[in-house]
Amino acid sequence: MTQDIMPASMIKMDNVHKAFGDNRVLNGMNLEIAKGTSMVIIGGSGTGKSVALKSILGLIQPDSGEIYVDGKPSGSGDRDKFLARFGMLFQGGALFDSLPVWQNVAFRLLRGQLKRPVEEAREIAIEKLRRVGLKPDVADRLPAELSGGMQKRVGLARAIAAEPEIIFFDEPTTGLDPIMSGVINDLIREIVVEMGATAMTITHDMTSVRAIADNVAMLHGGVIQWTGPVAEMDQSGDPFLDQFIHGRAEGPIEAVR
Amino acid sequence: MTPLALLARLGRMALGALAAIGRVTLFALSTFTHMFRPPYYPREVLLSLLQVGWLSLPVVGLTAVFTGGALALQIYAGGARFNAEAVVPQIVAIGMVRELGPVLVGLMIAARVTSSIAAEIATMKVTEQIDALVTLSTNPMQYLVAPRVLAALVTVPVLVGVGDIIGIAGGYTVAVYNLDFNSAAYLKNTVDFLEPLDLISSLVKGAFFGTIAATMGCYYGMQSGRGAQGVGRATKSSVEAAAVLILAANFILTGVFFSL
Repeated sequence: MTQDIMPASMIKMDNVHKAFGDNRVLNGMNLEIAKGTSMVIIGGSGTGKSVALKSILGLIQPDSGEIYVDGKPSGSGDRDKFLARFGMLFQGGALFDSLPVWQNVAFRLLRGQLKRPVEEAREIAIEKLRRVGLKPDVADRLPAELSGGMQKRVGLARAIAAEPEIIFFDEPTTGLDPIMSGVINDLIREIVVEMGATAMTITHDMTSVRAIADNVAMLHGGVIQWTGPVAEMDQSGDPFLDQFIHGRAEGPIEAVR
Repeated sequence: MTPLALLARLGRMALGALAAIGRVTLFALSTFTHMFRPPYYPREVLLSLLQVGWLSLPVVGLTAVFTGGALALQIYAGGARFNAEAVVPQIVAIGMVRELGPVLVGLMIAARVTSSIAAEIATMKVTEQIDALVTLSTNPMQYLVAPRVLAALVTVPVLVGVGDIIGIAGGYTVAVYNLDFNSAAYLKNTVDFLEPLDLISSLVKGAFFGTIAATMGCYYGMQSGRGAQGVGRATKSSVEAAAVLILAANFILTGVFFSL
């Protein structure tokens, strides 16, 4: 099974199906993300973008189809080692509100297989906070004391703290003002490039797409409707994609109001 | 058609109830296996011990002292109808240690601990913090659930013991200061009358009730639906389930200890 997969592909979804009751969310989704590239998945709300992402991580079990990470079936082998390859920025930050900021960032470094001495973990946390533009004095504050943009940055610092090979970004700019969105987009782009990581972002913010993406895939009706390099997105000729990127109410995608 | 539909409905309810019992049982078993499997989270256990045990002391003490006092008044008033006022110390002791101590402490723990565990874990679920734990290679059953259940299993018997003592002290205070009992005689009657099995049953009940209370909080928290409504529903269901299960378990345990 694994021979025919190109070694350059970091993530490959092959005919993945997933339904919740009668609601068929993924309907034979195929997707390939090359190592070291940044893929952005776009699509309307409720089209299964999050489900696709969570399936790759094994947070959701697909009904059928195969998912490969670095050529190996996802979920095979040691689960901790598998998850240690990933970093994820959650939509709402998903920071642990009982822990101070630095312990959030260093969470993985304070327990389990990647455990380090407390002093070292704290130093790494402060360095990652600096990398996302936060001063060391936020380290001892609680997440609830920070603004939305700062929480996103802390989430980003946590996602990159253990130097993951693959980073997932779930709607990184949702709920932020346009300037803060721009800052986060630039940060994501810089970090992904300098770490050489493979990135997968889900969003419906077109500014974000143009700032972050090498490649774009549009999810609609449970399948990838269009995929290609971001530069070809505007001349795709695909009516679904055109309607989405231009935000038109009229078109093949029915807007339920 | 109508009787048949009614039957079908009853059947569905019965099946639903059985499925729920199965899910809770599996959850409880999984909790216990995770308690003994590394990695361990001593800091989480300590925080839970503090939260469940130490910080519950005031409410447990107040519940017990008022109940013991009221019990003494009732037994005195009831006993007076057939010249049996003298049994106040014995009945207060038995009533507190065997039944009221464990049950009332259990219910107060359900109100205080089950609700807070359910609301906290449900909020973590709703805000994707549980998913975040998993992606950070941390098993929520080990990190969140096992420490809380372990803490309740260990501390609620202690709380019950404290409740028993404070309850008896409440009865003693009322009896000695309001009902003119002799202090030394009251204490002697209490100590002479209680048997080891009374105390053992009290503490064993505490262990069961604590486990039930924490497990229900964790279970409903982890099952929580979306949004504020999901958190509210999880919290409400957890307290209901914990209270009913504690009372049912109390009935069974009383049967096991005192009528077999």
